Amino acid sequence: MSFRKTISRLALAAALLGGLGSVAAKADGEIYFPLQSYRVGPYAAGGTGFFGGFIDYLNLINERDGGVNGVKFVWDECETEYKVERGVECYERTRSTHQPAGPAAYNPLSVGIAYALIDRATSDKIPLITINHGRTDSTDGRVFPYVFPLQLNPWSEASATVNYIGQQLGGLDKLAGKKIAVLYHGSPYGKETIPIFDLLAKKYGFEVTQIEVPHPGNEQQAQWLTIRRLKPEYVVLRGWGVMNPVALKTAVKTGFPVDHIIGNVWSNSEEDVIPAGDAAKGYVSVTTHPSGTEFPVVKEIVEKVYGKGVGNLEDKGRIGSVYHNLGIVNGILNVEAVRIAQAHFGNRALTGEEVQWGFDHLVLDDKRIAELGATGLVQPLQVTCADHEGGGAVKFQQWDGKTWNVVSDWVASDRALLRPLIEQSAEAYAKEKGIQLRDCSAANPS
Amino acid sequence: MTDLTLSQPRQGLPAWAGRLPVALLLAVAFGVVPFVGDQYLFDAILVPFLALSLAGVGLNLLTGYAGQVSLGSAAFMAVGAFASYNFILRIEGLPLLAGLALGGVTAAAVGLVFGLPSLRLKGFYLAVSTLAAQFFVQWALTKFDWFSNGNASGVITAPPLTVLGISFDSSVGRYLFSLIVVALLTLAAWRLTRSEIGRSFIAVRDRDVAASSLGISVLRVKLLAFAVSSFIVGVAGALWAFAYLRTVEPAGFDLDRSFQILFIVIIGGLASIRGAFLGAGFIVIFPLILSRLGQALLGDTFDSGVLENAQKIVVGGLIIAFLIAEPAGLSALVARLTRRNLN
Repeated sequence: MSFRKTISRLALAAALLGGLGSVAAKADGEIYFPLQSYRVGPYAAGGTGFFGGFIDYLNLINERDGGVNGVKFVWDECETEYKVERGVECYERTRSTHQPAGPAAYNPLSVGIAYALIDRATSDKIPLITINHGRTDSTDGRVFPYVFPLQLNPWSEASATVNYIGQQLGGLDKLAGKKIAVLYHGSPYGKETIPIFDLLAKKYGFEVTQIEVPHPGNEQQAQWLTIRRLKPEYVVLRGWGVMNPVALKTAVKTGFPVDHIIGNVWSNSEEDVIPAGDAAKGYVSVTTHPSGTEFPVVKEIVEKVYGKGVGNLEDKGRIGSVYHNLGIVNGILNVEAVRIAQAHFGNRALTGEEVQWGFDHLVLDDKRIAELGATGLVQPLQVTCADHEGGGAVKFQQWDGKTWNVVSDWVASDRALLRPLIEQSAEAYAKEKGIQLRDCSAANPS
Repeated sequence: MTDLTLSQPRQGLPAWAGRLPVALLLAVAFGVVPFVGDQYLFDAILVPFLALSLAGVGLNLLTGYAGQVSLGSAAFMAVGAFASYNFILRIEGLPLLAGLALGGVTAAAVGLVFGLPSLRLKGFYLAVSTLAAQFFVQWALTKFDWFSNGNASGVITAPPLTVLGISFDSSVGRYLFSLIVVALLTLAAWRLTRSEIGRSFIAVRDRDVAASSLGISVLRVKLLAFAVSSFIVGVAGALWAFAYLRTVEPAGFDLDRSFQILFIVIIGGLASIRGAFLGAGFIVIFPLILSRLGQALLGDTFDSGVLENAQKIVVGGLIIAFLIAEPAGLSALVARLTRRNLN
């Protein structure tokens, strides 16, 4: 009877699906990082470098120290292709595995995915880390207890970039009457800074033109012709993936001087400039961390992780590249948060809620950074209950055709200007969603 | 176009027997699944499956039944999602279902406008002209931040799913909410295909000159097809945004999504309501099963990029195999199998 056959096939399929769930669950007593990585698609260069660095650092801690305070790290990857619905599926797939502790934190490295996860991660009490990107107003930890745009949120980046341009011109007062064009990626990430550039333009009296490049950005002739007509003093490139080398090549083609293009923190990698060839020589970009392999922590990764053949990057030439080092920085911040939380809760696998406490109290001073072998790689950071960014400063680097050379000291953002706007935006969100603000006052130190 | 016409009642079986599987399926979906499923099943598999199935049903009315090829489905989904959001945001106390319906009506209106070229264009030329909808809508939603309530990133946050004071904001709730909406609209679409209007759709598809000589207004039928289809696709877009992602950005409704829905219809079977569900199952659920299988079996050996590319090859190969086995789609394949089994 074929009906029965169909039923039995269905049952088999159901059993298979159910079984997969249990395969994923591993022994407890491990700290689990679900990785929503992307190794396929237009942004694969960023994905492989970043997640490669993150995994390499976790591997280093496992191999060298036997984990953090004796608790090992485990992780698995779920491919998102940088697509929101795939990222959401990956989240749902992993959120309740590795019980009782569950996932320690999510690091999607995609603004779109991060946006979709804010509600989910908050109600599941799992931290959501958006290093150097994310939703700016999630800096306000009173409204977004579980979201951490660590080191640098997009508005800080825009503000620091304008400060740097001011420095180059010989003072912020020289900005008045100048023209700046912002070329941004047509995605939530790219659009995040539109109001801030408008605000800064008003404050300093320069004229800003913001031009969108539709995803993925492999055709920009029209945009650069507009720029040529406009003749701005500087172009701020807020690109991502393939958009960056195309922008540099098109700039040269349309005769715009490359050393007056300032790339943002997602337009600053070797993968962005090498494909552009000679066109990229002289290009300047923001960075929160230099590239290079001279840092002790990177050397140790080469020796103890790649030496044992468990390194994650296929192309060893990419070790110490901007994306790889960012992954390592991200690893350091996540592991330090776990360490701080363990000092409070005990040396064991921690729940997401406990790891959140660690991020909320994440402090990295120069001494600790030196102990980690990351002097010059990570900026000092102090995250608090109310401030989930913690840093906010950047350096600028210039591409000489072979390597990135740091060309500035730390350039700070105007946090005093941004903070009220962040709070205003966060409070509007809280009102819309009916969120009770967390008390971060001195009576409730954190 | 295919040679599918109205389905014939099976010989030797009473009329209700043909509907038994659907009734059984609905009984299971409403009566069993909510009690046995877990959050992953609801939030990551069934809700997106239902939303895209509904979009498939909508497009099938237009492409399968009325013969008008559209590459703008994602645009109409976006219109539905953003319009529902704005109606609920800006009209105090507007019930959620009314917001969904108004979103659908807005999508229908936009569909009507972009359906106008169908009066002059056919086939591939019409498909290309519907691309205009795809690009225009995405551009407009990105360009004017009024649509996303001035949010810096252009991302909207979904309103809570509450109907008559009952909250559907749990995973089972979102599933049941989607299921009810999808079941009702699918029923309506199914009734429509069996009505005079449905027959006129098919008449226009098969030969519009003949249809007009029968007294059918080709103009009216084509525009009606665009409107009805866009309404359903618009509601599907709102479901996708509110029940599945719970945030939505215009880039989520790009040309890839339009193609995805078109493939759902083609692989599932043109002019078949069942086909939309089978196609959505193949396009939405099957890659997930494959991805989880791949990760569980080979995740330690290969990185996720290699697995992902391998899955694409498998899915692509299967699509070719299916279409060779049955060019009329999965629906026809299922029909053939059940017929063989019954005999």
